[in-house]
Amino acid sequence: MKVPPVFDIDTLIDDPDTKIIVCCGSGGVGKTTTAAAVGVRAAERGRDVVVLTVDPARRLAQALGLSELDNTPRAVEGVEGDLYAMMLDMKRTFDEIVEAHADPERAQQILANPFYQSLSSSLSGTQEYMAMEKLGQLHRSGDWDLIVVDTPPSRSALDFLDAPERMGRFLDGRLIKLLMAPAKAGGRFGMKVVTAGFGMFTSVITKVLGGQLIRDMQTFVLAFDTVFGGFRERADQTYRLLQAPGTAFLVVAAPEPDALREASYFVERLAEEHMPMAGLVVNRVHRSDASHLSAVRSQAAAETLEARGSHQLTASLLRLHAERMHITARESRLRESFTSSHPSVPVATVGAMAEDVHDLEGLRAIGNDLAGEATEPAA
Amino acid sequence: MYSPGDVPEPDDNLARVRARDTDWDGVRLHVVTGKGGTGKTTVAASLALALAAEGRKVLLIEVEGRQGIAQLFDCPPLPYEERKVAVAPEGGDVYALAVDPEEAMLEYLEMFYNLRRAGRALTRLGLIDFATTIAPGLRDVLLTGKASEAVRRKDKKGHFIYDAVVMDAPPTGRISRFLNVNAEVAGLAKVGPIRHHADTVMKVIRSPETAVHFVTLLEEMPVQETVDGIADLRQIGLPVGGLMINMVRPPMLPEADLAAALTDELDVESIRMGVKAAGVEDDAAEIAQALAAEAADHARRTTLQGREMARLADTDVPQYELPHLSDGMDLAGLYELADELRRQGAA
Repeated sequence: MKVPPVFDIDTLIDDPDTKIIVCCGSGGVGKTTTAAAVGVRAAERGRDVVVLTVDPARRLAQALGLSELDNTPRAVEGVEGDLYAMMLDMKRTFDEIVEAHADPERAQQILANPFYQSLSSSLSGTQEYMAMEKLGQLHRSGDWDLIVVDTPPSRSALDFLDAPERMGRFLDGRLIKLLMAPAKAGGRFGMKVVTAGFGMFTSVITKVLGGQLIRDMQTFVLAFDTVFGGFRERADQTYRLLQAPGTAFLVVAAPEPDALREASYFVERLAEEHMPMAGLVVNRVHRSDASHLSAVRSQAAAETLEARGSHQLTASLLRLHAERMHITARESRLRESFTSSHPSVPVATVGAMAEDVHDLEGLRAIGNDLAGEATEPAA
Repeated sequence: MYSPGDVPEPDDNLARVRARDTDWDGVRLHVVTGKGGTGKTTVAASLALALAAEGRKVLLIEVEGRQGIAQLFDCPPLPYEERKVAVAPEGGDVYALAVDPEEAMLEYLEMFYNLRRAGRALTRLGLIDFATTIAPGLRDVLLTGKASEAVRRKDKKGHFIYDAVVMDAPPTGRISRFLNVNAEVAGLAKVGPIRHHADTVMKVIRSPETAVHFVTLLEEMPVQETVDGIADLRQIGLPVGGLMINMVRPPMLPEADLAAALTDELDVESIRMGVKAAGVEDDAAEIAQALAAEAADHARRTTLQGREMARLADTDVPQYELPHLSDGMDLAGLYELADELRRQGAA
């Protein structure tokens, strides 16, 4: 059996050089809870921490004292030490960038454009990009010595790495030039260079989407160009921040094939991008205090009792235990197969809990479990 | 793809008349949504298998570019092309398609404007990518449009090509916006071809031929999102289908024992004697303690499940319960869930 190195959360959060921890992984694996638990633990071990969450569950938000999406870090009550938390408002973050970089009139023009509204509120990728933008802002503010970020529930765990690049591609370069050409030429399509492409573009788009659309698109792109002349540069800055030595990625997964597959992709991708991976956290792992009693033996013992017609309760409990051991065995197989393909990735596990975490006590318990000091047996 | 495919045998329609009623007779577009991690894709695939049973033909559509269907059916990544991926119980075919917005846009250009070559050129310029990504709602109109096209597609004799179409849709948090394409393109096109296209798609989605099913687990967050999602859909007048409650674990102890376990009042000594009686001699005391703790955990989960079940019941939506498969999800598991859906009348 492959035994992975143990991921040690305390070494990571106690190291003053650790400035940013990014929790990533596929949807529904408990990323936000992990981020919050890491934040609480780090604060209680003496760091000045801010946790940036994206769309937390209502009760978890309440646990952190977050009642609204107001894009401002708020102090979390009840924590020994300094813990701040905030929820990302992606549209507002985007609006603020526009307002900061454009004169009021142009900003107004952009904010009212339907393309902008779509880009800033519904495009998949915007949320990821804005989370990274906000991360950059928090980092530059210098107000905290540790920032813990929870990444958005993307369709793919990799979206948030690709989003800046993708948006940069849209708002930069050849396409923009193409779209802007007629506007710069006073609305006439006289520029030789782009005539062929643009002529075809306008005729197709006008025919299919209507003339209004193309005008909106041009207004948007033209207005945006002045604001985001250096959009790609901004994206590059964020990207470099993610590669910097003070950054650590925590890949979060559940012991399910899909989640671990995503985790694998992620680990590989981080290596490709030279981004520092701290470890894998496997949430919701089933454990047992009687793990030496295997599923098969427990099942057999239950059958013995049932055949005799005695000790009914014990027989049911042995069946329950057999099922748990069955799940445990399956989960270890999944974890082993992850470790055989990524033998150097340190792993920590967090036990499954019957109920969702909804208070600081629960977050502390997860932090303890993550650090290998589980106080409660197997849930 | 729009050329009429297999022409059914003359008596084909007779074969497709079902021997029994299901809860969703008349529904031809099944939209399946659910929070991440609830098993949305798995349930969508099982539903497709169940609907295809007894010699029918069903198309399973994926719209998020994750290739989840290919992984489930253990086949190579799906191209933008309808491919047979499985044979249903008692004969029947499941086809699958991974819709790509760019390809759908090109197809749209070709179908309505005969502009395939121009479309290819625009793709090289990055324009199609641009338009399908940031033009408000365009992407969703293309994706839902493809599904409604498959629903309405007929062969030369006027028979529907597919008996039903199942869409593995975006997650619960985004479903109402995704389906409400009319409102989405409002900011984009008040008149014109896209508007017309959106209207046509909307007509299919709003019709009794469509049902939006929610997949959930009996856990707090997924249930909350489901309750919210159902309210959202009702508010905009879209047809709510069924609740597929996934990974349900039935209570394994009688109620009295569950209550005792919950308050740590199980008789550990008697459990220890039981363990010894079963022939597990070593560490019987330790094992008895562990068994009691596991019982307490099971009791907490059972209580939680009951509470979440009650919240779901308040939505007044037909429910289907799917068992937790302790071996995890594989092809055999899909068929098991499909049987379960048929048994409970979902298909």
